[in-house]
Formats: sequence, C-alpha cells, structure tokens
Amino acid sequence: MSIRHGLLALLEHGPRYGSQLRTEFESRTGSTWPLNVGQVYTTLGRLERDGLVAQNGEDGAGHALYAITDAGRTELRTWFERPVDRTSPARDELAIKLAMAVGAPGVDIREVIQSQRRHTVKAMQDYTRLKAQALTALEGTGSRERDDIAWLLVLEQLIFQTEAEARWLDHCESRLIRLSATAPPPTAAAHAPASERGPGNTGARPGPGAGTGGGGVGAGSGVAPGGRAEGRAR
Amino acid sequence: MSTPLAAQPVLRLQNLTRVHGSGATEVHALRGIDLDVHPGELVAVMGPSGSGKSTLLTIAGGLDTPTSGQVVVEGTDITTAGVKELAALRRRSVGYVFQDYNLIPALTAAENVSLPRELDGMSARKARVEALAALEEMGLGHLADRFPDEMSGGQQQRVAIARALVGDRRLVLADEPTGALDSETGESVLALLRARCDAGAAGVLVTHEPRFAAWADRVVFLRDGAIVDQTVRSEADSLLTGRVAEA
Repeated sequence: MSIRHGLLALLEHGPRYGSQLRTEFESRTGSTWPLNVGQVYTTLGRLERDGLVAQNGEDGAGHALYAITDAGRTELRTWFERPVDRTSPARDELAIKLAMAVGAPGVDIREVIQSQRRHTVKAMQDYTRLKAQALTALEGTGSRERDDIAWLLVLEQLIFQTEAEARWLDHCESRLIRLSATAPPPTAAAHAPASERGPGNTGARPGPGAGTGGGGVGAGSGVAPGGRAEGRAR
Repeated sequence: MSTPLAAQPVLRLQNLTRVHGSGATEVHALRGIDLDVHPGELVAVMGPSGSGKSTLLTIAGGLDTPTSGQVVVEGTDITTAGVKELAALRRRSVGYVFQDYNLIPALTAAENVSLPRELDGMSARKARVEALAALEEMGLGHLADRFPDEMSGGQQQRVAIARALVGDRRLVLADEPTGALDSETGESVLALLRARCDAGAAGVLVTHEPRFAAWADRVVFLRDGAIVDQTVRSEADSLLTGRVAEA
C-alpha cells in the first residue's frame, strides 16, 4: 500500500517523527492525498510490527523518532522495482455509471457524458493552471527542489488522467452515435427484459451486447433536450 | 455569461449562423452562436469534426461571411464593413495561427513577422524593430534571420504567434496550432499563447485536444453548430489544498 512505502521512502533520508513524515509526504505530493497524523502513526506501528522500521530515540523536543531497518530498505527497493499492478483495475465509478446508463429508462446517456465532460475538462483547466504556476516557479527561480519537481510530476499525472477520461468520453459519445445510426429499427423486443432478447445478448461483456438491442443505445439519444436533439440529422 | 474581465470584448459573435448550400443539400454549419472574448481571455472551442469549430474561426476572422448575425472586432461590425475596411481590420486587429504555420518560406523569421506591418504602410526599418521585439518576447530573438525550413516546427509556430500579435493586434485566432507538433512542443506553444493572453491579448483556440484546451480560461463545447455547454476555470488561489497559496 502506497502510504507504507511512501513513509519508508521518506525514512530512507534519515530518522523522522510522525507529524514530520506527514508534512513531508504532503509537500512531496502537493497534498493531493492528504494524510492525518493518526494514519501516519498507525502505519508506523504496522511497519514496526513487520520489522521494517524501528524506534530510534527522541529528538530534542521529545518526539519519538523512527528509522528504517535493513529489511525496510529491501522492501523499499522491491517496491521501486516492481511495477504497480494494473491487471486488477480499481473500481471506476464513471465506467460503472456509463455502463448502467446504457439503455437505462429516463436517462439520456449523452447528457451524462456531457455533464461529466464539463466537470472533467474544468478539473483539467484547474490542474493546468496549477501546473503553469509550478512551471513558472521552477523556471523562474531555477530551483530544483525535490518537492517542487515531485509536485509537478503529480500534477501532470492528474492532467494526463483527466485527459484520458475526456478522450474516453468523446469516444463513448461518437461510439454511441455510430451504433445508434447503424442499429436496426427499434422493435417491441428492444424494450423487453434482457433475458428475452435471445442468447446472443446474455454474454458477460457489456460492450458488443449494447448495440444488438437496437433500443438500448438509442434510448437516450432520441430524447436529447433542447438544442442537442436538432443537430442529429447529419 | 458574466465575466470579471474588462467591459469591452475584443471579439463579439452575436447570433451567428452559417448555412452552406441550399434546399436538400443545405448544411447548417453554425446555428445561433453567441460568444464574447475579452482582453486577457483565452477561449478554447472544442467539438468533434464537423461541429463547426473551424467555420466559427474563419468567420470570426473575416475570412468567411456569416449567413446571419454579427461579428464585432474591436467595436467594428465586420459583416457590414466595406472591403477596404475589412482588409485593414484583418491586418491591424486580427492574427491567425494555423496548424501548418503558414510562414512564407522565402522570408526570414523577422521578415515574416514584419510583413503585415509593412503591408500596413510602416517603414521596413520600424517594422523590423517591432518584429525583433515580438520575436524576443517569444524567446526567438536569436532565430530572427533564420528561414522557416531552418527552424523546428515548434519554433515556426512560435514565429507564427509572434506574427499574429505583432503591433497593436490583440486578437489571435488559432486553428489546431499544436496539430503538427509533438506533445511537449505543443504544450510550450500553448504556454506561450497563454502568456500572450495574460499580457492582454484575446485568444480563440480551436482544438480537439483536451489537454491543450485546458490552458484556456473558458472551454466552449460545440455540437452540430451550436454551443451546448461551457466551462470556466476556477479563480480560487488554492484548488487542491493550501500548497499553492503558500507559494
């Protein structure tokens, strides 16, 4: 888990106490993932239990210091060397929402897509503004502070992530338009429960099945409100 | 929509429509577009191909005429302006940046940038001084005497932005300016365009790349010739947390 390894990485620079670790973690990642002191001490407790850190006296102000152990260093090396697992994807609320919006009664999937796109692009605008500030700071001062560089990398990750989402949303929209344009005319069967649609549509993969129902994909697009509907003639 | 920026927009599009062809082959490229762009503002126009992005830009720049509606640049309605007035306005008020740079290959960077000023009647010497200053602002002072084919794509595009904004021109219309550039170069071109807008220019950027559109103050979504949505970036000092506020 990343907090564990994040703390080990910080402790590799020398012994530290809990709230110091919290400050350094946040400063490195621009507080993108805020930690509370409780989490830090709980994690330190587990690391100590696993022999990866050890208590190391107190500083002048009486803070209990923790130091990384040899086993901790080995664990840290392994973490850096091993790729982050992407084979069991984390649950993604947006993907689940769109999957559920396909053919959902009373839901205009294109509206769902557009309202998400607005939100996502706005987040990108905000991240980009922070990035422009971070770049100006780095270039203006010539500073090569470890924390400033780390923060820039984290920000750019947020930008690339939102960009991927915005592109995927664009893709979903054009995919749905293409599928509804080539779909067979909707029939009564289109509104029947999925179980009655025939064996071809009961597979586990939602993608291809969405098109075969005809009404499934088209359900939202025909009822787009306002100016959205009129332009669909092309 | 309301904006905290200065009152008079550099560009105002009012109820703009553009119909290509007629009868059965009639195509509504733009349907009732309203858009104001103020000094200091960069507006990105996003939309799938065929949504009317480029038509919007060519009409805003007076390169095409709307079927109905108004295009007001620096207070002048260019849809009712005479041919000479329009030409002068295009030369003095509007700069274009295209995907393929459109620099004149037989002219150096400085000559490319000074050309619109000379066409406007400025002496060659004065125009060169201005051009050098504009190139300097783009960090290209050392390339002033290079020809386009002696420069990288990113450098050529920066020359094109210098040309678009040389003199008093405050409106830059950019059509996929990063389209031919790699990701990092494209971004530096956008950062530059952003900086020119922060310095007081008004910009309209047409792009299908969300990451580049994200440099804008406002992103306008176009679908089938109509603005269906838009988004404005936050003005708050701290977005994620206090980190930036303390910087």
